[in-house]
This record gives sequence, structure tokens and C-alpha cells, in this order.
Amino acid sequence: MSGTVHPDPAPPPRPRRLPALGDGPVAELAGVTKTYPGGVEALRGVDLRIEADEAVAVVGPSGSGKSTLLHLLGTLDLPSSGTVRIAGHDVARLPDRRLAALRATTIGFVFQHFHLTPGTSALDNVADGLLYAKTPPDERRRRAALALERVGLAHRLGHRPHQLSGGEQQRVAVARAVVGEPALLLADEPTGNLDSASGAEVLRVLSAVAATLVIITHDADLAAVLPRRVRMRDGRIVEEETS
Amino acid sequence: MSPRDLLRVGAVGLRARPSRALLSALGIAIGIATMVAVIGISASSRADLIRQLDSLGTGLLTVTPGQTVRGEQASLPRTAVAMAGQIGPVRGAAATAQLEARIYRSDLIPPERTGGVSVQAATQRLLDTLQGTGAWFSPATSRYPTVVLGAVAAQRLGARGGDQVWVGERWFTVLGVLDPLPLAPEIDRSALVGWPAAAEHLGFDGHPTTVYVRADPESVTDVAAVLPRTVNPEHPEETTVARPSDALAARAAAAGALTNLLLGLGGVALLVGGVGIANTMVVSVLERRREIGLRRALGATRTDIRLQFLTESLLLSALGGLAGLALGALVTTGYALGHGFPPTLDAWAPAGAVAATLLVGVTAGIYPAARAARLSPTVALSAP
Ligand SMILES: Nc1ncnc2c1ncn2[C@@H]1O[C@H](COP(=O)(O)OP(=O)(O)O)[C@@H](O)[C@H]1O
Ligand SMILES: [Mg+2]
Repeated sequence: MSGTVHPDPAPPPRPRRLPALGDGPVAELAGVTKTYPGGVEALRGVDLRIEADEAVAVVGPSGSGKSTLLHLLGTLDLPSSGTVRIAGHDVARLPDRRLAALRATTIGFVFQHFHLTPGTSALDNVADGLLYAKTPPDERRRRAALALERVGLAHRLGHRPHQLSGGEQQRVAVARAVVGEPALLLADEPTGNLDSASGAEVLRVLSAVAATLVIITHDADLAAVLPRRVRMRDGRIVEEETS
Repeated sequence: MSPRDLLRVGAVGLRARPSRALLSALGIAIGIATMVAVIGISASSRADLIRQLDSLGTGLLTVTPGQTVRGEQASLPRTAVAMAGQIGPVRGAAATAQLEARIYRSDLIPPERTGGVSVQAATQRLLDTLQGTGAWFSPATSRYPTVVLGAVAAQRLGARGGDQVWVGERWFTVLGVLDPLPLAPEIDRSALVGWPAAAEHLGFDGHPTTVYVRADPESVTDVAAVLPRTVNPEHPEETTVARPSDALAARAAAAGALTNLLLGLGGVALLVGGVGIANTMVVSVLERRREIGLRRALGATRTDIRLQFLTESLLLSALGGLAGLALGALVTTGYALGHGFPPTLDAWAPAGAVAATLLVGVTAGIYPAARAARLSPTVALSAP
């Protein structure tokens, strides 16, 4: 289902926004390894620096450690060794409460499976993106409506997930990820479950609404659209390209 | 998270699987309903007994002859009633005396079929002293061969006012029937003959067998203390003083005895209900790993997740608890009205039910909630 996609050659310029904290990189990995309990070495020494407003594609064969890298960038997991800094914070030193606050305010996620709550309107699904950021309910829904507008779904606020196409559901998920205006948007195979046209639309929307964007993808054509590409193999970064 | 948000996320699981929620709340509902109904029914029957006590009063005392030091049946002096009447706070005194004579509906019934009705002589003031109602002797009729029947005695004999009954060796006329006397059931089972008539027609010796004394309720214990000496100055040790209302009060106090067993059964049902909720919650946590991961990715702390599932568990048991409370109150009301009791549910019973429900809900939720909070957030990203 990939390979034949030709998204808009020039994505619209992403909104320029000040990085969350200071002028340092949004994310910085230094000498990072990750060994899973079974002994699998998913990452074997990764150094990576992602500046504010960058858009990065992470490519590589299955099992090369892309998702593991994204988990570490998203503070969902901790490295076995090395340091991961997000918005200047060494994540290994933050307690659960601070990590959660970082995810609530600074990081947005888009998953291959959309993970929308069934039976709940698009608006309320998106509003849940602010549930843990101490935003009052009215404000959550107001900003959710704006976010849905930004992903082109202003006419679908009251629709439930099952009333939406796959591409529309993923755009709802994108709106949920960006409703809190995170400095860093992480997407793991966001088009993996979509046909090529919907996938291209989701990618266009992602590029349009994210501040800093990291996308994992299998799709070489899709990756080619992004200005920076990181290729992984066997837990290492084997190639970097910027265009 | 605000309490409102917490309630909303706590209800997510219940809304997703309403029938499972209802079933797992059922155990709690049964347990609470049992306990509330048991407490309510026993409180209602107690309230009924106490209501009876209030209307009957607690001022009535009886004096009966006990045994002599040699173990023989003692008797009361002929002056007993007059002496008892001398005590200050005594409002009325009267007596009955057990007679040898037997009563029959006709002179043709063989002696063995007496029907469990005893014949007693009664002093004029007996009805007053017992605060009873119904037919009674006038000073004149108490001299003639007439009887007044207790409520049970009239039933057993099948007799009513105007009938003739065979007492001892002659016909007596039934003057009428007494209304039931809850504090003197022995009178209900008696045929009463006037004191003078008993002496004249049935060979009565004038010694009372029971003296009834009506005292001011506040002075009952004082009166009871002096009664033996007053009534039988020569042999105070040979008299027994009793307070008939004590039996009713004892029944009121004992109305809780069977209750404890049933309450225990309700407790077991509650416990089983709690285990059911814990089980449902564990399954729910397993099924909702990706939802949990998603919430963690959206910024939920471990505490947020734990509170969400604790709230869900609490909501489940509160659902059962409220249903059980309503059911228990309904059963109590139905039972009480059916038995003519005043429906009674002390405030502590619903309060206790709510407390038990909350306790069960929290206890059942602790382990599943801790499991949910410990889940790694990366599960949300992994494929389903
Ligand atoms: N939770 C885990 N426990 C053990 N091994 C894991 C876990 N997650 C991933 N792995 C292993 O780590 C390696 C890298 O996986 P992953 O980061 O998912 O790669 P990719 O996303 O590039 O396919 C694989 O060999 C995978 O089997
Ligand atoms: Mg992967």
C-alpha cells in the first residue's frame, strides 16, 4: 500500500513557534542504549539531536528500533544507559508526576491505531487531549473545536469514530495530539492503516499543525517529503540525510 | 483531576459495558438489601412492641403466693388487696382467686372436656386495675350466679352474653365478654365470677391467688419493693412480685436475636459481591491496557490511572449499594405494613449500608487499580 504515494510535493509551511523552553534542542539523545528484559538490545548507542521546528522522518526495517526510539523520545520508557533530554530535562531524573506533566504539555502522540474512544464524539475525543493538562472543561472543548478545524474536520465535531473514515479518524487523533500545542509531535506509522490518498492527507495535516515533528514510517516516498531523514538498522542510526 | 472529571473517566468502563456493570453490582445489591431488610424488619417489630408497651403502660404489678419454707404452696391473706391499696403511689388494687369449680357449655359435657378455661373469682375493681374494657359486673351482679368471660375463654366455650353456662353444680348467666388483656393473658383464658358470688355459690374461702396492683409508673420499683411486706406481713418471703410488662420489654429486646444470623448472611453476600467487583475490575484492566497506555501518553500520572479505576470500582459498588438500599427499604415497608408494624429504619442502617458499600468498593478496587497504575505506558503504542 506504500510506494505509489505522491503527496503534495511542497507541504505548506509549518507554523513557527517558540520552543517550549529556552533555545536548546527540543530533544537530545546521547549514547542511548535500550535492552529489553528478555535481553533484546533494541538500541545500541544512539545520538540524536532534534531542534525546534524540525520535521524528521525515521525509517528502517522492521525490528530496527524505531518504535523504541520513539518511546524514549516520548518519555514513555527510560533508556538502559545514556541520556535522553526533552525540552532540556533529563528524563531519567524526573519523577512520574513530572514525566506525565511533560507528556501532557510538551509532547503529542499519534499512533498507527487511532485509539479513539468509541461512542464519544470527535470533539470530546480531542478535548481529552487536554484532560491531564489541568485545563477547565469549557476551555478544553473550545480548543478542541479549533484543533478539529485545523485538521479540516470543523464539520465533523459531533461525529463518533464509527461514523468517520479511517483518514478522518486519524485526523481526529492528530487534532487530539496537537490540541495542547505540544513542542514535539511524535507519530509512529501514522499512515500505516490508511489508503494512500488518506495517508497523504494525514501527512499534510501533520506537517501543517506540528511544531517539531518526528514521524516513523515504512514509506520511502512519504519520508522523502520531510526535510530530514534518519535511517536505522539493528538499533543504530546508520544514515542521516537533510534536504 | 477535578472530581467531575474523575467521575467521568471513572464511568468510562461502566458505559462501555453496562450489562457487565449491572451484573457485578448485583452481588452488592443483594448483600445490602438483605442487611437493610433484616435491620428494618427487626426494628419495625421492635417499634411495634414498644408501641404496645407505651399504650399498655408499665405500672402493673402482680403478687402471687410462692412456696413456704417447707416447700408447700403458700397462700395470700384475705386482707391482701386492702393492704396493697394502702400503699401511697398505688392507683388501684384488685385480685383474682383460682376456684376448684369447672365450667361447661352445658351440663351434658363430660368433665374431661373443660376446654382449658379456668374459673376465677374476681374483685370488683379488677377491670379498672387492668385498665381493661368489655363487659363487667355491677356491685349487684357480682353477688348473683353470673360470669364474665375472658376473650379466649368465650371463644373456647362458644358462649356470649345472655348464654347459660354450667359452673360447679349450677347454671350461671354469662354477663358478657372482656376485650383481650395483653398484660394479663391468664384473664383472657378465665371465666370470672364475682367475689361475693364465688363465696356464696362455689364455696370460695376468700384467699386471693393473684393480686393486681396498678402503681404510678415512676414509683413501680418502690411499690414492688414494699409489696411483699404489705400484702403478707407475716410471711413476706412467701410472695412473688412480677411486672407483666417486663415480658413484653424482654421480647422487644430479643427482637434482635435472630437478626444477627441473617445479618451475617447479608455480610457474606456483600463479601461475595466485593469479590465479584474485584474480579470484574481485574478483567477490565487487562482488556483496557491500550486505553491506559493512551491516557498515560496524554499525560495521566500513575495516580490519575489508579484513581480512575478506584472510582470505577466505587461507582460499581455504589450502584449496587443504592439498589440494595432501595430494595431493602421496600421489603421492610412491605413486611411491616403486612404485619401492622410501623415501618421503621433507623438512620444508622442506611448510613451503615453506604459505609459498607464504600468500604467494599475501595477494597475491591485497590488491587486492580494498582495493577492498572503499574502498567507500562508503551503498551498503547504496540499493535493490538
Ligand atoms: N517490550 C518489549 N520487550 C522485549 N522486546 C521488545 C519490546 N519491544 C520491542 N522489542 C524488540 O526490540 C526490537 C526493536 O523493536 P522496535 O523498536 O519495535 O522496532 P521497529 O519499531 O523498528 O519495528 C525488536 O527486536 C523487538 O522485538
Ligand atoms: Mg515499530
